[in-house]
Amino acid sequence: MIVNERFLVFGEPLPVDLVRFLDMGPYEWAPAKNTMDYDPDAGWTAAVVVVGSESSAAWTFCRDLRRRDVPLSPLLVIIPGDQLGELDERADLFDDFMISPFHPTELDARLKHLLWREGRGVRPELIEYGPLRLNTETYQAQIDGRPLDLTYMEYELLRFLAATPGRVFSREILLNQVWGYEYYGGARTVDVHVRRLRAKLGQEHAHLIQTIRSVGYKLGQARWN
Amino acid sequence: MADLDDSSQPREKSARDSYVLHAVEERDIRLIRLWFTDVLGKLKSVAISPAELETALEEGMHFDGSAIDGFSRIQESDVLARPDAATFELLPWADGGSTARMFCNIFRPDGTPFEGDPRHVLRRNLDRAADAGYAFFVAPEMEFFYFADGDTSHAPIPLDAGSYFDLTTSDVASDLRRETISVLEAMGIPVEYSFHEDSPSQHEIDLRYTEALSMADQIMTFRLVVRELALERGHFASFMPKPLAGVQGSGMHLHLSLFDRTAEANAFHANNAEYSLSETGRRFTAGLLHHAREITAVTNQLVNSYKRLVVGYEAPVWVSWAQNNRSALVRVPVTRPDKTSSTRIEFRSPDPSCNPYLAFSVILAAGLRGIEEGYELPDETDANLFEVDADQARRLGVPPLPSSLAEALDEMERSELVHEALGDHIFEWFLRNKRSEWRDYKAHVSQWELDRYLPTW
Repeated sequence: MIVNERFLVFGEPLPVDLVRFLDMGPYEWAPAKNTMDYDPDAGWTAAVVVVGSESSAAWTFCRDLRRRDVPLSPLLVIIPGDQLGELDERADLFDDFMISPFHPTELDARLKHLLWREGRGVRPELIEYGPLRLNTETYQAQIDGRPLDLTYMEYELLRFLAATPGRVFSREILLNQVWGYEYYGGARTVDVHVRRLRAKLGQEHAHLIQTIRSVGYKLGQARWN
Repeated sequence: MADLDDSSQPREKSARDSYVLHAVEERDIRLIRLWFTDVLGKLKSVAISPAELETALEEGMHFDGSAIDGFSRIQESDVLARPDAATFELLPWADGGSTARMFCNIFRPDGTPFEGDPRHVLRRNLDRAADAGYAFFVAPEMEFFYFADGDTSHAPIPLDAGSYFDLTTSDVASDLRRETISVLEAMGIPVEYSFHEDSPSQHEIDLRYTEALSMADQIMTFRLVVRELALERGHFASFMPKPLAGVQGSGMHLHLSLFDRTAEANAFHANNAEYSLSETGRRFTAGLLHHAREITAVTNQLVNSYKRLVVGYEAPVWVSWAQNNRSALVRVPVTRPDKTSSTRIEFRSPDPSCNPYLAFSVILAAGLRGIEEGYELPDETDANLFEVDADQARRLGVPPLPSSLAEALDEMERSELVHEALGDHIFEWFLRNKRSEWRDYKAHVSQWELDRYLPTW
């Protein structure tokens, strides 16, 4: 997973669980104590600002980031529930906010969504080939927008084949790579699962998986040849 | 599926568990049916909600097995059902598609596999085959009848008067069959052929071959799909072996083959051999014939099964084999010479009322015994055995199959092979249960007897 995100994080002081969260996450980050405390050209891609009881420094920090030629965005504010009133009139200074004390899962989800909204971040991995669409994070499979109900092994086989369209895999390779363990059916298992997948893809799309005589199987065509 | 959880211990959530949990959420599944099979081959189901699913996957579900036929003895009635996440499948016809199912493996409270679980029995036998280097593949021809209803106070009423391969005009049943096939395909149960069979309202759906454990699961699913879809249309489907006197009954011919587990070669195929049948294939067949009488109680388990296995209705009666003789017990279907994976044998006595896990277990055990002991295959029998009487059969050297459940049970009771294949628990329970079925039947006075004897005697 390659993540090119550098977070600028302001907090006076920085909550310990925020530091722990950031250290364990996939993002790079650096603390900034005040507006003068960071190099504006260091490639920052997002900011998290913790608003404490002495809030004026935090808001100044936000305003400063927004005033740059290219405003830093997204900007997430973390603020105590009893200070929510401070958000009034400052809607232009942040992209989203959370109430402290925060829950790490919520912070993670909000950061992801903020980055996705900007077309960045760790996107759920999609495999697409023609009418076929697989989401490898949620295990969803669709053909022509219609959900495919697959068993786990059917899904894994389809994902493996669809990851490299046009490439021919022998039954042995498929068995090793997809199943990876002993199986009652031995090498025939692959044929059986391909037949089941074709049945579920329906007549119209059954041909997506092609049998290469005395070699094995492939899905579709390579993108360039 | 040898990776199945062989222990009853709680374990870490696996990728296939999370696959199931995701699918349940995304497809808005409201109910998950946990399936298992009792010793007689009846499908049992415990329904759980999505909220209970994670625990069920991780820890299994405890239940009282004493209520299940052939499960626990009273003093050890608690068993643990562990869903097999690899078998998670939506039931497209049920409750608007919001129901899914998983098959379960059954364990004792101490964590050992429960020997009264037919699925476990088959896995044990498949493990033996695997140790010998083989994977066991089965393709069944499922025959069944559609009737107007399931009311037993009158004779069954066929939905049509069609016959073999007929394109019937009264196509209620054919529509139903077509719809059934599309549900089966949607569930990943590929259908090879389907057609109207010989008898009125009798249909056949042939399933594409697959590894035996999955095929047994598929047969359990198949019987449910056929019956439930018929009920939805206000009809009734039956897998009873001989529901109508005077016409053919329903069989479940099984096409059998062994594949080498490592090379993907068909162990039954040999290029230059007679009928392309390898030495392994011949010995397996010899084993099946040699032990045929012993395993019949399991492959044909009802009193009614033996009313199908009679002369005159295209069902096997004599223990014989031949290449292309439909009166033989074992047939070697003709296949294209370049299609080596198709070489197989067809075992024609089983009927669709059997417990597929147990039937596959004893069939496999008989065939493997033939290979291990190097049984010689007797000569094939070309004669049309449908026209042979007992004297001629004796001259041809072909013994009869058991002619009644009682006779089949006697053969089974003497069989060390069946005892070993089924294990003590099921072997003893099955004999006890089936003896009692036979006693009930013996004590019954039938309409035939009244019609025949009352006026005269």
